[in-house]
Amino acid sequence: MGELKLMKGNEAVAEAAIRVGTDAYFGYPITPQSEIIEYLMAEKPHERTGMVVLQAESEVAAINMVYGAAGAGKKVMTSSSSPGISLKQEGISYMAGAELPCVLVNVVRGGPGLGTIQPSQADYFQSVKGGGHGDYKMIVLAPASVQEMYDFVETSYDLAFQYRTPVLILTDGVIGQMMEKVEVSEQKPRWTDEEIAKNTPWATFGKKKDRERNIITSLDLDSARMEQHNHHLMRKYEEIKEKEVRFEKINCEDADYLLVAYGSSARISQKAIDLCAEKGIKVGLLRPITLFPFPEKEINEMADKVKGILSVEMNAGQMVEDILLAVKGKVPVEHFGRMGGIIHSPQEVVEALEQKIIGG
Amino acid sequence: MLKEIIQPENLAYKKTELMTDTVLSYCPGCGHGTIHRLMMDVIEELDAWEDTIGVAPVGCSVLAYEFMNVDMQQAAHGRAPAVATGIKRCWPDKLVFTYQGDGDLAAIGTAETIHAINRGENIVIVFVNNGIYGMTGGQMAPTTLPNMKSSTSPYGRDVDMMGAPLKITELISQLPGAYYVTRQAVHTPAHVRKTKKAIKKAFQNQIDKKGGVSFVEVVSNCNSGWKMTPVQSNEWMVDNMFPFYPLGDIKVDGELVTK
Amino acid sequence: MTEEIIIAGFGGQGVLSMGKILAYSGIMQDQEVSWMPSYGPEMRGGTANVTVIISDERVSSPVLTEFDTAVILNQQSMDKFESTIKPGGYLLYDPNGISRHPERKDIKVFKIEGAKIAADLGNTKIFNMVVLGAYLKMRPIVKLENVILGLKKSLPERYHKLIPLNESAIKSGMESIEEVA
Repeated sequence: MGELKLMKGNEAVAEAAIRVGTDAYFGYPITPQSEIIEYLMAEKPHERTGMVVLQAESEVAAINMVYGAAGAGKKVMTSSSSPGISLKQEGISYMAGAELPCVLVNVVRGGPGLGTIQPSQADYFQSVKGGGHGDYKMIVLAPASVQEMYDFVETSYDLAFQYRTPVLILTDGVIGQMMEKVEVSEQKPRWTDEEIAKNTPWATFGKKKDRERNIITSLDLDSARMEQHNHHLMRKYEEIKEKEVRFEKINCEDADYLLVAYGSSARISQKAIDLCAEKGIKVGLLRPITLFPFPEKEINEMADKVKGILSVEMNAGQMVEDILLAVKGKVPVEHFGRMGGIIHSPQEVVEALEQKIIGG
Repeated sequence: MLKEIIQPENLAYKKTELMTDTVLSYCPGCGHGTIHRLMMDVIEELDAWEDTIGVAPVGCSVLAYEFMNVDMQQAAHGRAPAVATGIKRCWPDKLVFTYQGDGDLAAIGTAETIHAINRGENIVIVFVNNGIYGMTGGQMAPTTLPNMKSSTSPYGRDVDMMGAPLKITELISQLPGAYYVTRQAVHTPAHVRKTKKAIKKAFQNQIDKKGGVSFVEVVSNCNSGWKMTPVQSNEWMVDNMFPFYPLGDIKVDGELVTK
Repeated sequence: MTEEIIIAGFGGQGVLSMGKILAYSGIMQDQEVSWMPSYGPEMRGGTANVTVIISDERVSSPVLTEFDTAVILNQQSMDKFESTIKPGGYLLYDPNGISRHPERKDIKVFKIEGAKIAADLGNTKIFNMVVLGAYLKMRPIVKLENVILGLKKSLPERYHKLIPLNESAIKSGMESIEEVA
């Protein structure tokens, strides 16, 4: 067993970044995730592993630094919160187009606009439907604990390099700011130049005489070739949908009703199903761990077993649309969620279930 | 007849292998092709082919990677200095350059330009200033001269309304992170030779880790955008651009040049 | 066993660090813990609160509206959190600066003169440790030895020389707690 630490979610991401052998982090401060860059700066990762940490002049610059380093074969990450992630969308679209691996973290706060610094899950659509311009997706992981914040950094790198795609860790101020027990892993070395050459033969780190030059670009002015590239991306996303769906089921065995919730809402919903059990109502929880790919097959199967489904999300109703698509009208599906940075309580979730599904 | 002439002993000039055989997409008479070749010649002469990574911008030179036979990345509009920062910070021993136009470097990418230079990133920035957005069809650029016509200033740039042309090169020369700042041109053989020297000095600074950006502006023409013949455009450039953007070194070895 | 605690007071009273030491103490005896602060500008000089959960099982919601125990250190927090204590639950407060004392009859109420004791000990910074001691006497869910281990883990090495001072503050808190109702 590794060393146990009490850490904030934001700190766990930062410590994991160092320990899994990240080459570079480029970021810009924004609440509620500034602890990530603060922790990295304080930890002097350059001395620990040679990792580069740089505070950019803007989120726009930060994501483009990520683009450059990822295009040069390095393990690179950035983090921000909602308004900053909006600014990064240009770069994320370019990275999806140029098929560059990287790890992104969005510690979501309430919007739209400057909104609030309090937690929210209102960036679901932006995360799973693309976010920037053009036809693309990225893999989206939704941690529900500080341990998962830590563990998903390495998972994200694995997926990012396997599929050559940006991977987003979508979390919020609750998970980012809370402290929990974390088992940290042993320090892994950063990739050597030889490993980079082997793992990313497509990257730009200097054209060797025995190979063609490598080009990182999302541009193709020939429409026929561009369409082929779009098809290639879509095949990749299909493969991801087939192979990478992750979820957790809690108390689903003989449930009459189902809650679907991710991240902090899943934690709150877990308490809500305990409160329901005290009342004699059998409620299960399906927690999507990947939001793209979405566990649509599993939700569809659960729709055969339960009388109704409540989507619990801290927004005006976003994931509920994907649940409706998955359920295909088999059972009633409703949404419950607070907005504006208000975190719903377990009691409110129980009341919503009783009113919208059981009573409805 | 031709076959008799094309013989190794008659070889007078050979194109560097660092330029691909792809036909240049630039308009006849445009300076881009010359500047591309000078850069590739310099990288060959410095024996840095295997260690060079270039960053192409958005603009006429968006396809620079089609012509430059080195590892290259294509950046979003204006972001080349940030992309170059990402590469250089991770590969400090490689040579990294950006190749940018005036719209890219001095309008949409002003923040990235100023901050990369202010951080003293050890990179080369080649800045091609032709006073216009060439690729998108001749719109006004931050460097468009007063009263100069473009498709978005069809009656000439009104300085009261649109502001004065931005002398970004003089501006960035004030930053401590700018190590070498020069302004050149490629419209005559003599100027081509001087520009090549400047580009070579810029890359040599990077190899020697002089600690700062080496910035080479090349004032160039855009005969299509300016709606002139190539010869006319070069004459117009000498008469109108050079008085506003005077050629010569602005900062050498970290010291501003006093005239 | 699951103990759901809210600790609330002014920013600067050591509310967050008291919660952190409590959470670390839970880890030291192999329990599951969560520590969820209020965050943002409201922390700067205003009220600060933290929800700490210590449990034998995996912690579900880190965000709660009802608590087993409330530790209340200013009037705003008394107004906000007295009503959130579960029937049969515990309230610990420092009467210093409290104008309206707790009114609930269905909970157990304790007080600790934390500010006064800290001042008497000559160091107002150990106020939160006095309160922690009182809490531990009222709710002995973690052992003192594990609290000391938790202190060691949560304090940077350079502050370890202050551990004996903290320990004595905890002990005076334990001795000075009074049951009100």
